[in-house]
Amino acid sequence: MSQPSSPGHHAMPPASHDAMHEHQGSLRGYLTGFLLAAILTVIPFWLVMGHAIANQQVLILVILALAIVQIFVHIVYFLHLDTRSESGWNMMAFIFTAVLVIIVLGASIWVMYNENVNMMPMAPQYQQHPISHQPTGKQASR
Amino acid sequence: MNTTAIDTAPPAPADYYCLTESPPRNGTLLGFWIYLMSDCFIFASLFACYAVLGTAYAGGPTGAEVLDLPGLAVNTALLLVSSVTFGFAMLEMARGRKGAMLGWLAVAGLLAAAFVSLEIREFLGMIAEGAGPGRSAFLSSFFTLVATHGLHVTLGILWLVVLVVQSIRFGLTEDNVRRLRCLSMFWHFLDLVWVGVFSYVYLVGVVR
Repeated sequence: MSQPSSPGHHAMPPASHDAMHEHQGSLRGYLTGFLLAAILTVIPFWLVMGHAIANQQVLILVILALAIVQIFVHIVYFLHLDTRSESGWNMMAFIFTAVLVIIVLGASIWVMYNENVNMMPMAPQYQQHPISHQPTGKQASR
Repeated sequence: MNTTAIDTAPPAPADYYCLTESPPRNGTLLGFWIYLMSDCFIFASLFACYAVLGTAYAGGPTGAEVLDLPGLAVNTALLLVSSVTFGFAMLEMARGRKGAMLGWLAVAGLLAAAFVSLEIREFLGMIAEGAGPGRSAFLSSFFTLVATHGLHVTLGILWLVVLVVQSIRFGLTEDNVRRLRCLSMFWHFLDLVWVGVFSYVYLVGVVR
């Protein structure tokens, strides 16, 4: 490290050199990731703002599917997750997290949806009074 | 006391085996990755909260009324470009070019700062309209999730400033390289979470 500004990779201490190669992306990788992410971002925006799909359920499913694909693009091209780095422990931690996140999200939505559907109807005096909604300036103009 | 037999017994030999290769000497990156995975749980629970409460408007404004899609598009672009420029900084770092790395880091930091300031402006506008976090369960869960992400980005910017100063003063030492690699993962991770936020919270929130 006597010459931090030297152009070669000798500026890196040898100890971190191996770790370097494992996670390091390439210019091509970042640009590919950027291009894919941009496309996968523009499509859902266009679908929503251009009212391209009339069916609400289909639209939501398409948005979520594109988001999941884009998350994987970020993981591969920006976070450089692969099975080799850190002897595969990164991947193990990621798979474990993904399984738990799916359980947390899926089970919450499933349980609370059924809870809501099966709840006894509320007596009118306990329901929130519609008058409590004060229309704001922005809504009043619509 | 009948412990003599235990006390005089020879120490048991180490009888564990490394069945798989142990992580490399420098375990910081793996440790930081595990921190990010635990951060995933924070966001997953906030997403679950929003998924459950996202339509509980309590007679207040709905997502389509308060969420600003053109502003969201600008914010999304800022964060994505910031993520890529941080990647460019890492490539320059790997080549040992400190000046170019600092330049890209500055660009990434400024883009993220623009993101945070636009988000704060959006929040203040919503609160001024009467659509603050106290209005309905939908808005409470919205503000909690989006502001938690914004707080992460803000702390990331603070961390970036500290590391830029460190790199200027001490150069690309092994310690600084390791810290910058952790920050790089943090930065890309926040962009990844934002994909979930703009897709699910905003776009789906507007549609449903």
